[in-house]
Amino acid sequence: MPRLLVLVGTRKGLFVLKADRARQRWSMEGPHFLGEVVSHAGVDPRDGRTMLAAVRAGHLGPTVLRSMDYGKTWKEAAKPPAFPKAAAGEALDAVAHVFWLTPGHPKHPGRWYAGTSPQGLFVSDDGGVTWEGVQGFNTQRASAPWIARGPDAPPDGATLHSINVDPFDPAHLYVGLSAGGVFESHDAGATWRPLNKGCAADFLPDPDAEYGHDPHCLRVHPKVKGVVYQQNHCGIYRLEAAERRWTRIGAAMPKEIGDIGFPMVLHPRDPKTLWVFPMDGSTVWPRLPIGGKPAAYGTRDAGRTWKRLDRGLPKAQAWYTVKRQAMTADALDPVGLYFGTTGGEVWGSFDEAESWQCLVLHLPHVYSTETALVA
Amino acid sequence: MKVVLPSPLASYTANRREVEAEGATLQALLADLDRRHPGIRFRMIDEQDAIRPHIKIFVNRAQVSSIAHPLSPADEVLVVAALSGG
Repeated sequence: MPRLLVLVGTRKGLFVLKADRARQRWSMEGPHFLGEVVSHAGVDPRDGRTMLAAVRAGHLGPTVLRSMDYGKTWKEAAKPPAFPKAAAGEALDAVAHVFWLTPGHPKHPGRWYAGTSPQGLFVSDDGGVTWEGVQGFNTQRASAPWIARGPDAPPDGATLHSINVDPFDPAHLYVGLSAGGVFESHDAGATWRPLNKGCAADFLPDPDAEYGHDPHCLRVHPKVKGVVYQQNHCGIYRLEAAERRWTRIGAAMPKEIGDIGFPMVLHPRDPKTLWVFPMDGSTVWPRLPIGGKPAAYGTRDAGRTWKRLDRGLPKAQAWYTVKRQAMTADALDPVGLYFGTTGGEVWGSFDEAESWQCLVLHLPHVYSTETALVA
Repeated sequence: MKVVLPSPLASYTANRREVEAEGATLQALLADLDRRHPGIRFRMIDEQDAIRPHIKIFVNRAQVSSIAHPLSPADEVLVVAALSGG
């Protein structure tokens, strides 16, 4: 019977939660890479086997590790993501950390994408063994004003994240730049254009700026064409694909909660159902549950209405952040949802967020969660 | 020549903290070290050939700032994962 895995990337290693398909019996393996930052890790859904992890120790450079036996053994990428050697007089860009990993389209088995800080986009066509820059993006780094080139910026660096491959067109790619905005390519990364119309950027002087926005998490629906949602620094949005314009569906969230947060999770089958985990975006941007009362919010009508989903979660004095990669879903029915906290907890719901239970305590600061069904 | 490594790099050298490598410059020595222990160089030196911020390299107990630094066969190279607070 297939098993369910939840890969939990943390500030001090990778942990793997394992469950039977009924999600009743859980165990945990790890830590892998004890003491090293694991920004993101996942299993290739195309072969159900290849596992990649973006790893960096505090003192060492960044790399990607690969396992073909569900974490029993790991092998480092022979050529990790790295910018080209700069010519004399050019800025010296160096990857500080690999932040995001996305498997490619099913038509490109073995392809993975990686997003880095400083912002760079890399691709592997051999399952993560060797990585090359996506030239159309990385060669624009010197001239494109939307790409942040500096060293790691607060709080966790200027990142390229939310790499999404259109399930209906393998040449259609989306990325999120924090900060910089959402960008898309229709030619497999050769050229890019901003996709930010309708999205607020209240920290910019121009309310209709073409770029400079701060997407926190962008999700493209895996089954229904043209369905794209975004959790942004300035709200929750649905893309009106034909118009290439965002609509702020977070406007329907309760005013006392607001619509700021990091993660966003789509229902794997229903294009109108998604979940977010709001964070306090007021004053100095605390990025903690509003009032210390954590809650997911879900919509089943594409953002027209939202429901608070906090049964089982702490009722008060819970002060943690749920980061952008740290909330995910499985593909089972009903859908299971999982989130990890900066306080080292992993929570799960097996009834589509109606109720939650704590699966693990006392892990390091959680950076990411990803699920996989494996043989 | 002898190269002394910090514990964060021990996974590349089967947990040996002292290894041998050769080279007339630090760059050549690091290339030889990477041949013997694949992947180790990139975790100390970035793609622009800069020594990473929290790595310090000493030759005969004197800190060096560039991998172009010349070496002699009798030199000892010490790589340190530099404390940077915490």
